[in-house]
Amino acid sequence: MRYEAPETLDAAVALLASAGEETKVLAGGTDLLVQLRTDLIAPTLVVDIKNIDETRIIIETAGGFRVGAAVSGAELAEHASLSSIWPGLVEAVSLIGSTQIQGRASLGGNLCNGSPAADSVPAMIAAGAVANVAGPNGRREIPVEDVILAPRKLSLTPGEFVVSFQLPARPARAADAYQRFIPRTEMDIAVVGAGVSLARDEAGKITDARVSLGAVASRPLLVIDAADAIIGTTLDAAALTALDAACQAACQPIDDKRGTIDFRTEVAGVLARRTAEIAYKRAGA
Amino acid sequence: MQEKIGNPPVEQEFKWVGTRQVRPDGIDKVTGRAKFGADYNLPGQLTGAVLRSPHPHARIVSIDTSQAAALQGVKAIVTRDDFNDQDSEFVPAGEMLVNYRDVVRNVMAREKVLYEGHAVAAVAATSPIIAKRALKLINVEYEILPHVIDVLDAIKPDAPLLHDDMITTGVEPAPTTPSNIAKKVEFTLGDSGAAFAKADVVVERAFDTKPVHQGYIEPHACLADVSEDGAAELWVCTQGHWIVRAHCARLLGWDVSKIKVNASEIGGGFGGKTVVYLEPLALALSKKSGKPVKMVMSREDVFKASGPTSGAHIRVKMGATKDGRIVAAETELFYQAGAFQGSPVGPGAMCAFAPYDLEHVKSVGYDVVSNRSKVAAYRAPGGPISEYAVESVVDELAREIGMDPIDFRLKNAAKEGTKAAYGPQFGPIGLIETLEAAKNSDHWKAPLGPNQGRGVASGFWFNIGGETSVTLNLNEDGTLTLMAGTPDIGGLRASLCLMAAEELGIDYPKIRPIIADTASLGYNFLTGGSRATFSSGMATVEAAQQIKTEACRRAAQLWDVPEEAVLYEDGYVRPAGDNAGPQDPMHISEIARMAGKTGGPITGVAKINAQGAAPSFGTQIADVEIDPETGRATVTRYTVIQDAGRAIHPDYVEGQFQGGAAQGIGWALNEEYIYGDDGKLENPGFLDYRIPVASDLPMIDTIIVEVPNPRHPYGVRGIGETPIVPPMATVANAVRDATGLRFTELPMSPPRVLKAINEARAAGDTNLKV
Amino acid sequence: MKHHIQISLNGDPVEVLVEPSQTLLDVLRDELGLTGTKEGCGTGDCGACSVMVDNRLVCGCLVLGPEVAGKSVETIEGMAEGEVLHPLQRHFLEHAALQCGICTPGFLVAAKALLAHNPDPTETEVRYWLAGNLCRCTGYDKIIRAVMDAAAEMRQAPNARAELKDQLQHAGA
Repeated sequence: MRYEAPETLDAAVALLASAGEETKVLAGGTDLLVQLRTDLIAPTLVVDIKNIDETRIIIETAGGFRVGAAVSGAELAEHASLSSIWPGLVEAVSLIGSTQIQGRASLGGNLCNGSPAADSVPAMIAAGAVANVAGPNGRREIPVEDVILAPRKLSLTPGEFVVSFQLPARPARAADAYQRFIPRTEMDIAVVGAGVSLARDEAGKITDARVSLGAVASRPLLVIDAADAIIGTTLDAAALTALDAACQAACQPIDDKRGTIDFRTEVAGVLARRTAEIAYKRAGA
Repeated sequence: MQEKIGNPPVEQEFKWVGTRQVRPDGIDKVTGRAKFGADYNLPGQLTGAVLRSPHPHARIVSIDTSQAAALQGVKAIVTRDDFNDQDSEFVPAGEMLVNYRDVVRNVMAREKVLYEGHAVAAVAATSPIIAKRALKLINVEYEILPHVIDVLDAIKPDAPLLHDDMITTGVEPAPTTPSNIAKKVEFTLGDSGAAFAKADVVVERAFDTKPVHQGYIEPHACLADVSEDGAAELWVCTQGHWIVRAHCARLLGWDVSKIKVNASEIGGGFGGKTVVYLEPLALALSKKSGKPVKMVMSREDVFKASGPTSGAHIRVKMGATKDGRIVAAETELFYQAGAFQGSPVGPGAMCAFAPYDLEHVKSVGYDVVSNRSKVAAYRAPGGPISEYAVESVVDELAREIGMDPIDFRLKNAAKEGTKAAYGPQFGPIGLIETLEAAKNSDHWKAPLGPNQGRGVASGFWFNIGGETSVTLNLNEDGTLTLMAGTPDIGGLRASLCLMAAEELGIDYPKIRPIIADTASLGYNFLTGGSRATFSSGMATVEAAQQIKTEACRRAAQLWDVPEEAVLYEDGYVRPAGDNAGPQDPMHISEIARMAGKTGGPITGVAKINAQGAAPSFGTQIADVEIDPETGRATVTRYTVIQDAGRAIHPDYVEGQFQGGAAQGIGWALNEEYIYGDDGKLENPGFLDYRIPVASDLPMIDTIIVEVPNPRHPYGVRGIGETPIVPPMATVANAVRDATGLRFTELPMSPPRVLKAINEARAAGDTNLKV
Repeated sequence: MKHHIQISLNGDPVEVLVEPSQTLLDVLRDELGLTGTKEGCGTGDCGACSVMVDNRLVCGCLVLGPEVAGKSVETIEGMAEGEVLHPLQRHFLEHAALQCGICTPGFLVAAKALLAHNPDPTETEVRYWLAGNLCRCTGYDKIIRAVMDAAAEMRQAPNARAELKDQLQHAGA
């Protein structure tokens, strides 16, 4: 196995596109190194993208935030402005693994590991985040919900990698939240994850919303029906019930060592309600 | 909160015993100096690696190592052909037995692989990368056989057989056909069948538990170095290095005297490091290659190939009168042994009703093999499983007759003179004291919040003594070197030094302990069975007494008085009375300084087979809170109350209480081996084998009860194992209290709890409280 | 091909050759002989290999050796200053916050990182920060108490350790 740490996008793209190499992109490495260790993967070349400036930035502009794909969870959580404007995204990132994992794990890695249970992905989908991708054919943008197609299967083409994410500008009275269920209080992979981002008007009526679920299908879901169930409401009991039902209806989970189909489906509804209530309260604060 | 209750109440009669001193090995452990199993290295060492079976059950048709042997850097390979077969012979390992015929097959598969992760070959190579590559070049041809994992599946008549020649023992007449049931055990007292007629209330329930792993954080590791003349040295993390020596000598056919085993610091064992896995392989590879060989298990190997404890199916039936007297009790236990016989069903059956003073009892147990790694001892092996079931039924009985569960237990509690169903009559024991302390605790009286419940349960463990050697060397400056041979896992050295200091009237810091290697000290049985502080403590006291006697003899010689005219007191020798002469008292350090002139070195050498181990009873209280929408049970408050006999070092007694309870809480709520239909373990890592993390637990309060063991010089009872016995029932009883539902399956993980709540709601169960 | 890397290890410059596939944990233990950092799982689930890289708490088993080129690495071996223990080390001893001790270096490194980040943590904050450090012996009770007490002491006398060290040096001179 070779290790390279290019300092420019072009160099990284060239390395990742090199013929005859089984390549892997390294950001925080918290998934990649586990897969190396357990012989799940055996790349001949690992390209560490952390020396490329754009992967390490957090920039706030009028158009929103641009966040590097390799910025660690701990760095995101320490960013005061990002934490106040996107509290749900930051809480999702902060749930990935332990404090030690937080020191390394990144949004880009969490997404490109291709797990349907990744904590930050429903939060990014709810936030309307867009992945900025670089590859042999130049740059392109992909909405985060379109990146993971199935477990470990991405819509990126060979040689492409995620450089950064764009988070949209935030209107007033808008907020997000993320909740997940795990058997313990920490250290587990999400059995169900729910991300909600919403905006409300002065009267408390929800004007816009995005709801996303993790670990309940072969890919993280953007649940349009769930958002529709709460848009135009003040998140009253009826809206919450409708949200719960819409989320349960969207679930296509599996039975596995972490949870059952019934459990995941029921808890997806519960978490969506709880998450929406947190986001709603934050948006009104 | 930590409390201490004495019965009878004791004044602080000791200077050192019972105080909270910093442990002698402490600095090394907070600075990273302490050397654990994987921390030893020798120049030129090779890396050993094990090829493990991907199948849960298969016949080994052939093993071809030729390609691996040809790889540059590969220095030795061993397979089944490198180990002679062994006759069937059971020998003790902790409280459990192992059979050498099985051990040789467990360390290296012979005719068949019997579980996923079963060792098939091992290589030694010049680097980890080459060793790994070499494993891939070993070609094993398997004939895959049907497998069976679950204990109830394994006893079905048509279940795949693991051992074609296994005839159930303990059954009359002996069965004529083989099965996966290795043996039946039975303990009876009175006539339980008839006695149920006297019961006003009978509760009968069946329970299921899953295999759980000891979960020590340090994987198995060793370093072997065998010279050309066959002299071998081994560094290993083990609970018993004499046991490792014995097993390796037997499996390799070497003289015991040629193997010197050094016990490294050990990163947790809980019973799991009482058997051998890598050690014989490392020695064989070192012998073959002529170089030191280091072997370390991966965490995955630890889960797949080292011993968890049994999964089990348990039936319990108990009857009581309306006024709260238990009149009859029966249990039937089916314990998974893993690939080879030897589950802890025997002790499980013996423990089941031990906390109660009963006239009519019957416990029947079955030892069942299945395609899973062979069980190893795990903290009170067998006890937590049977006592979980019994203590759950006791809780139900108390509910049925409308009695407080502590009062119900008090009414039936075993006490001094009670004849236990498994045979002996108890001496002074502290169960009643723990129950009374529970009843008087703040915890028991505290109010509960919404969706919260409280549970209580008691537990018992036998404790053992056994062969033990300790040497105390009085150094020329009056300091002492203490050599013990029971590996120190949780503060043993501190406790031994406290007892030596007390006995000799010497300051604790003046005594420096080591865990000696097998060549430097007499034989020691392992650290297990809660025997180390008891047995090595007893030996330490004896060695100290020898030094005192010798000091008196030397003083008598110096003073030219009879030996009996000299008295040892508080670190000084002094004339025993006025008639003994006018000499000034002499400090032990003076005696030490003059030892060369008065007869040579002064050493206490104790070599004992420690007798008089006394059981420890405990009672625990848990509060849990249920999230009715997700089924999560959170332990919000926990108290452990246990009879320690005497707490030599209260910090480490509390630590055992707290650690045992935490393991039990994990067992109750989330820990389990999860097998796929393919017979492979799906959660061989700390990610999905979910031991409690710091944020899962509250502070764990402790109350140390002291009912001294009259047969130990300081009243010690073993205390390490009992703490893991009550938690599963304690938590289950609390969940029952919170939800109104009785859970008979462990772990009580969120999907199980939510499902039960939903089903109860759908059925209109009026017991449902959430 | 091995990488020749330079790092600052517990404050001292160190050069070492590392395989691309070697983890930082492997490098520390196998190449540099610093075995205080432990491997409990190799997959980032137990925290026994906790180290600091550029002042950030990480699992040594989840960092590739070549990644730390030019960075500062701090391990348990750098925690005491000469013979003066860090207050956390002292409180771990005084509270008997260890039994077998295999997890202790990881806990100490992680707890030190916590107190640098948050000098006055609540019990809950301590428990969640340390949730990635598994201990199978203690039930965490005494560990949490030791960290809380060390934090309290460090808040009250932030310079105590430096003063003690000065005194010792003075006494030695």
